[in-house]
Amino acid sequence: MTISADHTAPDQASKAPVEDALSEAAKKFGITAEDYMLPARHQIQMVDPDGRLKPEGEQGTEPGHEYPLPGDDELMAAYEQLVVGRRVNDQNSALVRQGRMAVYPSSHGQEACQVAAALCLSEGDWMFPTYRDAVAVMARGVDPVQAMTIFRGDWHSGFDPHEHKVGIQCTPLTTQLLHAVGVAHAAKLRGESTVVLAMCGDGATSEGDFHEALNFAAVFHLPVIFFVQNNKYAISVPLSHQSVAPSLAHKAVGYGMAGERVDGNDVVALLAVLDRAVKLAREGSGPLLVEANTYRMQAHTNADDDTRYRENSEVAEWRAKDPVNRMRTYLTDRGLLDDDVESRTLEKAEAVATQLRDGLSEDVPVDPQELFRHVFAKPTPQLKEQSAMLADELARDASSQNSGSQEAGK
Amino acid sequence: MSPTVTTSSEANGNVSAATARAAASAAATAEAAGPQPVTMAKALNTALADAMHADPSVLVFGEDVGMLGGVFRITDGLTATFGEQRCFDTPLAESGIVGMAVGMAINGMRPVIEMQFDAFAYPAFEQIVSHVAKMHNRTKGAVKLPMVIRVPYAGGIGGVEHHCDSSESYYAHTAGLKVFTPATVADAYRMLREAIDSDDPVMFMEPKKLYWSKDQVDLDELRSQHSANAKAGKSSEGRAAVARPGTDATLIAYGPSVPTALAAAEAAAAEGRSLEVIDVRTIVPFDDETVSASVRKTGRAVVIAEAHGFASVSSEIVARVQERCFHHLAAPIRRVTGFDIPYPAPKLEKYYLPGVDRILDAVDDLQWEN
Repeated sequence: MTISADHTAPDQASKAPVEDALSEAAKKFGITAEDYMLPARHQIQMVDPDGRLKPEGEQGTEPGHEYPLPGDDELMAAYEQLVVGRRVNDQNSALVRQGRMAVYPSSHGQEACQVAAALCLSEGDWMFPTYRDAVAVMARGVDPVQAMTIFRGDWHSGFDPHEHKVGIQCTPLTTQLLHAVGVAHAAKLRGESTVVLAMCGDGATSEGDFHEALNFAAVFHLPVIFFVQNNKYAISVPLSHQSVAPSLAHKAVGYGMAGERVDGNDVVALLAVLDRAVKLAREGSGPLLVEANTYRMQAHTNADDDTRYRENSEVAEWRAKDPVNRMRTYLTDRGLLDDDVESRTLEKAEAVATQLRDGLSEDVPVDPQELFRHVFAKPTPQLKEQSAMLADELARDASSQNSGSQEAGK
Repeated sequence: MSPTVTTSSEANGNVSAATARAAASAAATAEAAGPQPVTMAKALNTALADAMHADPSVLVFGEDVGMLGGVFRITDGLTATFGEQRCFDTPLAESGIVGMAVGMAINGMRPVIEMQFDAFAYPAFEQIVSHVAKMHNRTKGAVKLPMVIRVPYAGGIGGVEHHCDSSESYYAHTAGLKVFTPATVADAYRMLREAIDSDDPVMFMEPKKLYWSKDQVDLDELRSQHSANAKAGKSSEGRAAVARPGTDATLIAYGPSVPTALAAAEAAAAEGRSLEVIDVRTIVPFDDETVSASVRKTGRAVVIAEAHGFASVSSEIVARVQERCFHHLAAPIRRVTGFDIPYPAPKLEKYYLPGVDRILDAVDDLQWEN
């Protein structure tokens, strides 16, 4: 492996490149650096909750913040993933109710964000998801059953992050944003064109690592897109208790990066904004912050009771903004979606649901020796001892059970 | 391994210890022709440079490690030699430094990062405990994190508060971390190279009061030894060293306490008592074999550490030795550790730090028959 030589030589070190890049990006759009960094005055929305394409003048765009409509193929791919994602969320919640899975933090209602996060990236890019982003992980290509291993309970993570360039689903809030920064930094040092998408929620923006990750990405001028799904609640605590900033996207300005707000239930707008963000990041414009305005339709997990902290009327209001129905209406009206395509899409979703049911109902045998096998790349003598102790314990259990059943058989 | 250590710092306030060390050092200088007097700081600096030469994926970053060369000058000259891509300053945020290193290690690099002082590493605790230590396990080995977190630690330098913590127990208690701490100049070079080569994350605890201690070492020789060992797949990880052989009792120490233990053994020798000194070297993995063999031989043991005694590495060592050597013990194992108090202000630290007299008192207490 070699580190690319075309970076700033030590004797030319200065803070100038970052400022230059910002003004360069701004120049690209014919606006000031401040206007480049500040989110547009209104969130970007292209398709309204009723599934109608909004006139260009009402999409929330302004000079330098214009977004072309994504192509039909991308929109159809997104629709298929939306339907699959919704089915995955509801199937997994059902599996929890049936006791086949320990817990499932559902992204029901946030599927547009999940799908757009996966579709905006190229094969060589990386994604760093949270525990609520299983649908995004699957949309990126990870096997659905492997993705659910964390919640099935037989291991912490069931997939190889390197295979699909997806970080493990992260529970400690925003800690994965720094890993995203590191992956991007390593790629940049090698002269690779990798873009990294780092995901977190609104509550997570209060964590210290959120600040450190955005600042590091900005200072090192790294191609990282920070994608915040503002679903309005951190378990029970509403956004108003996390931040009084004009929007979460406005936080970008303090780091010297560009921010944008987008309707998080409008997959068309999400793809438009994220596609451009990925393109800008890949071209060397530095990191970006995208806030998706969405809603967690269900409780935090099955262990939570959301009626204690929010009104049913609020939930109903957001049900009318559903991302899947909206896209179905839009694509049907465009003549891109008909009954045939719809039924094929539903079949695909059902196949994934079957895969999940089968995979998660299966009683996967666990190997107690795995407890010790992966702690270190090079095991310690102490773990070898403890592993032998457990093996001995289990062997004695097995032999006493055998002799017990032989007794019973006599 | 050379048992001789000198130090420019007399902050432990023990004149007899300093005299003993000086005498030992003078003897070593007289008989050594090839080797040169080298500080631990220089050995660490050389190890970093050699590792960076050997492998372009080795990167060094942290606070003030670039143009300044680190507040202790351990990274001196690395930016000049290797450029800002390979050795650079980060924003002042420890969690950011560790978290970014995790991402870099996921993506093919071998980061060697510096936490400026022991107590300054605490903001990074979540990254270290929840990710650095667990990534390999939670991915069943699919993700390795070959990274080194260098921590200048412990006291004896007259530092103000938050600059002198012995934080090794936090890391040793965390499953998934390896914890190394050198006590000699040669080990500083050897163990840092091995930590960087390791596919496991290593907390590399550097006894800051020994940075300017000097040993007679031949860095070229150490460099070739390292290459030969690396080729042969040999490492000294998990191997304690007999820093001074003896027969009557065993002093078990690590990092900053090893020179103090050696000084105590020297003083005891003058009184006709032969003390063996074990330098633990790698706290994780712990070398039960070498430590137990020594205690079985001598039948008496004192564990010495600067850290608070309660729920510490020293208490773990006592427990392990007791489990393995009970029937060979002539007396209960004693400990000489820091008191269970926050690290004291500079003018009070001499009362806190384990010194030769306190060690000799503990040795006297080991139920001798005559």
